[in-house]
Amino acid sequence: MKALALQIASLARRSVIRTLRQPAAVFFPLVFPVLLLAVNSGGLRAATNLPGFPTDSFLAFALAVPFVQGGLFATGNAGIDLAKDIQTGFLNRLALTPMRGIALLAGELGGVMALGLIQAVFYLTIGLIFGVSLKSGLAGGLVLIALASLIVLGFAAFGAYAALRTGSTEAVNGLFPVFFIFLFISSMNLPRNLMTVAWFRYLATANPVSYLIEGVRSLVITGWDAEALALAFGVGLGIVVAGFSLAASALPERLGRT
Amino acid sequence: MAALDNSIEAQDLVRVFKKGPRAVDGIDLRVEPGEIYGFLGPNGAGKSTTVLMLTTLLPPTSGTARVGGFDVVKQGPQVRKAIGAALQEAALDPLLTGREHLRLQTAMHGIRGEERTRRSDELLERVGLTDAADRKVKGYSGGMKRRLDLALALVHGPRILFLDEPTTGLDVQSRTALWEEVGRLAKEDGVTVFLTTQYLEEADVLADRVGIIDHGRIVAEGTPELLKAQIGCSTVEALPANAEEKGAVAAVLERFGNATTGFSPGTVAVQLSSSDGNLADIVRALDHEGLRIAHLQVHEPTLDDVFLDKTGRHLEGAADVSLEPEPAPA
Repeated sequence: MKALALQIASLARRSVIRTLRQPAAVFFPLVFPVLLLAVNSGGLRAATNLPGFPTDSFLAFALAVPFVQGGLFATGNAGIDLAKDIQTGFLNRLALTPMRGIALLAGELGGVMALGLIQAVFYLTIGLIFGVSLKSGLAGGLVLIALASLIVLGFAAFGAYAALRTGSTEAVNGLFPVFFIFLFISSMNLPRNLMTVAWFRYLATANPVSYLIEGVRSLVITGWDAEALALAFGVGLGIVVAGFSLAASALPERLGRT
Repeated sequence: MAALDNSIEAQDLVRVFKKGPRAVDGIDLRVEPGEIYGFLGPNGAGKSTTVLMLTTLLPPTSGTARVGGFDVVKQGPQVRKAIGAALQEAALDPLLTGREHLRLQTAMHGIRGEERTRRSDELLERVGLTDAADRKVKGYSGGMKRRLDLALALVHGPRILFLDEPTTGLDVQSRTALWEEVGRLAKEDGVTVFLTTQYLEEADVLADRVGIIDHGRIVAEGTPELLKAQIGCSTVEALPANAEEKGAVAAVLERFGNATTGFSPGTVAVQLSSSDGNLADIVRALDHEGLRIAHLQVHEPTLDDVFLDKTGRHLEGAADVSLEPEPAPA
């Protein structure tokens, strides 16, 4: 057990170090979602005038989106790092040690989660600086960070799966726009009950990303909404379990060792 | 149970890739404890595939292999504990420092605390990277990467070491330094070394015994001296000053031995039929026929001659990439 913990900690440490040493891997996941938030909250401010819109601050309403976008970037970070390890033969080096497969996944994802935590604190701080107040208070802020970490972990697990399945950085990069489509057909810009186009409302309702956004959003603009939080954590946990299971199933074949 | 057996054995080892040829086609070999075994062959001959199978990273299609007394298919974890490996292309993380690589590698082997620090420092010192230990690997030269690769393969004190083309792309100085370290490991520490190479000189200088592989099969095996002795006499190679006289030059040379393939384009070569030095006779005969020679050279038998003798080709340029499509676990 001690050996496994040492392996996980060392691989997570490596994951964090290599991410922090690639400025682009830190800069874009932090800045891009905030820029999109600035554009959306400026351009879509009029949406708050719609009857039934849950808040008069579109910035508060949209603040949930960067947390999910951060998760999408985590898909890339986790997947590309792992795919590079496969392509360069670094994974073979690890496979020749007594490393347990689960340590590789937990270590890689642990490192990505650490970056996810930094992202979550950054987005929250930006929101607070620009006048958003958390209706759920300080405790809500901590729950929000926990939920954001769960979202990052879930998406990162899918990134790891893609890398292990294909061994290709290009394939992992290809996932990014696919996941982005999920973001755009969600309730990121409008509450689902205000969507007048039926097919879009149907897609947004079927889209698990909507529930992740609504869970985060509830902590910002509603307070403690048990249903929204249960759905968000449930969906998040489901994504983590699905992604982790897929990645774990692809790992033995990729490691290839007897 | 030969738990401390440092040998490597393979019997009728075969690896067939999907939609591909037989990359390894029935290899039998035995490497004795403490021996440096040079596995010599051109690109695509099946060297790396063999190493991947012997290091448990690729299951054989058929045949058996035991490394350190353990079956590579049924006892993978025990094999991995006994071996260290530096595979083709030093697989290092350019963003980590040399010391961070050692820290990670020791952790994977369960080495912790002071032992980890002591072992890392000792290995960095041994491979001459102490001063560069805290620099990122992306700034390392090819030779430094290879030396770090070797240090990483040694962190857990393996009894058997696999080195897959460890000096490819290195300058002479780096190559010599690595040879010295590998030789020391075998002679002083008793480590068994399985070394693949496409360099004749490397196999000749470093290996106690050499296996020559071509098209997935071992075509010759023995000590370098024995293999060269089997070839026999020297080869004389002549470059006619006038290309039109190539036939006439060949006719003269063939009085002294059997025609063989020259090393350079436009040359005529024969393997002398007697080990007596009859170069003077050849020069006199050519002169007597009025043939002018631009260049005349005598080659002592080399491992390349052994390769030529067994395969009909020189080692250089004999690559057959199609035979070893992608030696990664698929």
